[in-house]
Amino acid sequence: MTLYALCFALFLVGLYGLLTKRDLIKIILSSGIMGYACNLMLVLFGYRRGGVYPILERGREAGPMVDPLPQALVLTSIVIELGVTALLAALAIRLFQKYRTYDITKIRRLSG
Amino acid sequence: MILPYFIVIPLLAAFLIPLVSRRRDTGAVVLSLAAVSSLLVLAGLAFSGLGGETLVYRMSAWKLPIGIPLVLDALSALMLIMVGLIALTSLVFSVRYIRRLGRDWRYYALFMILVTGMNGVIITGDLFNLFVFMEIALFAALALVAFGGRAHEFEASFKYAVMASISSSLILLGIAVVYGATSMLGLATIAQSLADKSPLLVLWTGGLFMAGFGVKTAAMPFHAWLPDAHSSAPSPISAMLSGVLIKTLGIYVLIRLFYNVLGAPPLFLDIFLGLGAVSILLGNLLAIGQWDLKRLLAYSSIGQVGYILLGMGLGTPLGMAGAVFHMINHAVFKSLLFYNAGALETALGTRDLRQMGNVTRLLPITSGTSMIASLSISGIPPFNGFFSKLMIIIAAVQAGQSVLALVAVVGSLVSMAAYLKVQRYGLRGGRPVEKLVGEVDVAMKAAMVILAVLCLATSLLVVPAVREATLDPVVKVIMDKTQYALTVLGK
Repeated sequence: MTLYALCFALFLVGLYGLLTKRDLIKIILSSGIMGYACNLMLVLFGYRRGGVYPILERGREAGPMVDPLPQALVLTSIVIELGVTALLAALAIRLFQKYRTYDITKIRRLSG
Repeated sequence: MILPYFIVIPLLAAFLIPLVSRRRDTGAVVLSLAAVSSLLVLAGLAFSGLGGETLVYRMSAWKLPIGIPLVLDALSALMLIMVGLIALTSLVFSVRYIRRLGRDWRYYALFMILVTGMNGVIITGDLFNLFVFMEIALFAALALVAFGGRAHEFEASFKYAVMASISSSLILLGIAVVYGATSMLGLATIAQSLADKSPLLVLWTGGLFMAGFGVKTAAMPFHAWLPDAHSSAPSPISAMLSGVLIKTLGIYVLIRLFYNVLGAPPLFLDIFLGLGAVSILLGNLLAIGQWDLKRLLAYSSIGQVGYILLGMGLGTPLGMAGAVFHMINHAVFKSLLFYNAGALETALGTRDLRQMGNVTRLLPITSGTSMIASLSISGIPPFNGFFSKLMIIIAAVQAGQSVLALVAVVGSLVSMAAYLKVQRYGLRGGRPVEKLVGEVDVAMKAAMVILAVLCLATSLLVVPAVREATLDPVVKVIMDKTQYALTVLGK
């Protein structure tokens, strides 16, 4: 239970950073932290105490193995997150070229 | 089986476009037009051939609780037609418009990826697969919003990307909770195993999905990104985003998850009603205050989505029919209005209503079609918007929600005021325009005329005989709720 609570706390850390930070780079890092928390949660749901690696060989039972599906899901979601982070970083670079600043409060050509 | 082709065709086109394109964009235009029109034909055939049945395709022939199914029922077929139609007109409109920004095949490749993502979301029967397709559509949308390469476009795209990444994280968390509780990812199997789990679990997953997909829908408290993103994108892309993207990633997924998977829990229907009422009032009210034509249209999208949410929240067959009907209508007239804005921007070089003058004589087709679209969106008979709003209002009264019916009527009047402003100050304004800076070509006119005709034609859906063939099968799929699971699993 502690692990789940800590994981959720990590998610909230990311959300807090995303909502309050003013620096574009810190916003990108916060969005990464949020993603990690989700991935960790998925892996935790698939874990079982004292489990073994999920490869079925001759003479081994499927019973004590950890659930391999969340691990596959997490791999996919890590790749998606890589894409999101790369896109955000590219946009941040272009924004810096246009405005000469990373401060989100100074990048305000659009209103609300 | 035609199901995989809805994903294969646009994805293949997106892959081939960079290969065939050299300096000119002819190859890219022909290829993407061919792909999208074949998608529209396939979707039409699928809808008419379906006859209330459900088609299930098992990917790689894996059996159902394990493999990923593709599911085609009346609701998804209707959504596919909508996506195909708006994508086709949007491409026709794009050819000249995008050449102004540079002869670029990358636009068409990204466009096809956007269509792939949306079709994937519509047709998949697996929760994680839906998440992946949603991200594909969002990537393409983000890149297309920033396509013009100006400072405020990057700003809008960054804002959109941050909001999208928050909502995607919430959705992924929701998927993790669902998987932790049921060890299932298929929508049908989740629906079956959630039925005998505790209500607390439904509350958790429902809350996470509501927050996550609420951002994609841009209902009122979650709307902050929409006016920037939809007004900064190139006009044909604004039409795609406002017309179909917020509906496939938002409304369609909400209907599927809350009706077909969770079985329409009353608490969440009340939340739909609340979101809908707030969006109708504030979205339309904020639209009046805008002088930038595309920002006005974007705020008005929030208000119109409110009507759809209101119809969904009533939970009666008539309300749901109204919601589905309004969803189609909004796709048609809001896309048309965005094409008008694009044509005006091309011809006059401005989007500011104060800078436009009396253009009814110079641009007869643009101003005529925009008149039709404005009448439709503000709910004047005999155009389609009147009938769908009327259905939602009647359904609200029948369900005993007369306050919400009043809200819908007031919102309709307020939106009429916003579009009177467009017509009076913009197209029929006092400031005469001497010469045009650009030309509205035949393709742009064709796209606008097609949608203007559809504004009238779709009002035929209210005729009982037509309604039985089109809206009723869709409403039946939705109102059968978790019957969906049994149909997909083949019991």
